[in-house]
Amino acid sequence: MIPSFLIVVAVIFAIQAIRARGLIPSALWLAGVSALTAQVLYLYGAHMVAVIELSVGTGLVTVLFVLAINIAGDTPMEPGWIVPLPFAIGISLVFLLVLGYFVISGLPAPAAGAPAASVFSEVFWQGRGLDVLVQLVLIFSGVLGFLGLLAEAKAPLGGSLAESVISGRELEMKALEQQLQEGNEEQEGKGSLE
Amino acid sequence: MNLSPFTIALIGVVGLLSVGFYGMLVSRNLIKLVVCLQLLAKAAILALVAAGQAAGKMNLGQSLALTVIVADTIVAVMGIALGVQIRRRTGTLDVRKLSSLRG
Repeated sequence: MIPSFLIVVAVIFAIQAIRARGLIPSALWLAGVSALTAQVLYLYGAHMVAVIELSVGTGLVTVLFVLAINIAGDTPMEPGWIVPLPFAIGISLVFLLVLGYFVISGLPAPAAGAPAASVFSEVFWQGRGLDVLVQLVLIFSGVLGFLGLLAEAKAPLGGSLAESVISGRELEMKALEQQLQEGNEEQEGKGSLE
Repeated sequence: MNLSPFTIALIGVVGLLSVGFYGMLVSRNLIKLVVCLQLLAKAAILALVAAGQAAGKMNLGQSLALTVIVADTIVAVMGIALGVQIRRRTGTLDVRKLSSLRG
């Protein structure tokens, strides 16, 4: 009873995340979906995944979303959709019905109460060793992606960063020299008039 | 009608997948598209755990779900970083305006 209620609320939160006009409310509704999913996972017995989903999905990802929205800005968009709205609703309903029919009608007989054959750590570290390696690579690329999030506004397209900084300084110096020259000329002009 | 926990989980999976799919179709904001991708990933995680429970291989389901969580988080980080950089360079997050192909 409790998981079904939680799942219904999670789907409602997901709809709200899509419907929300602002990006920050959307991110917060998504955090709600994630928290409810974590609770459902816990009730199903997947304690490890539930904890990680709660900390990563609800915490880290939400913080990243809020940070990115603060950097990029939450500008309102003109009304309009990528595809016509009736088409989107129709194709989503067809997707829902077809997927629902195949999933519900083709259910295998669940092995209720079947004991776990092994310990989670054994399965994860020994049975799925390749997955762990892939996760390491993914985490490394995620760190690089986060550095990209914090990178400067105009990264140099060619040449090194030092060269672009030097050329920027040279331009600033030239502009200052021009200003000084113009100031001197104005003063000389005033002196000659007097 | 007495539904088993597995059926309830699958109904939730189908619901989340449909909402995420609809969001992918109608959203124009790049960051909102990443939100929709996250919804799809939540559905995948729930499906893996439910399938693991139904098959009596909960630990396998959990380890696969853990991999999906890591991949999903990295996708979110990369998508957000791309969105921020695109916003800085083009001044918009609207995917319609970003399209430079004309045909």
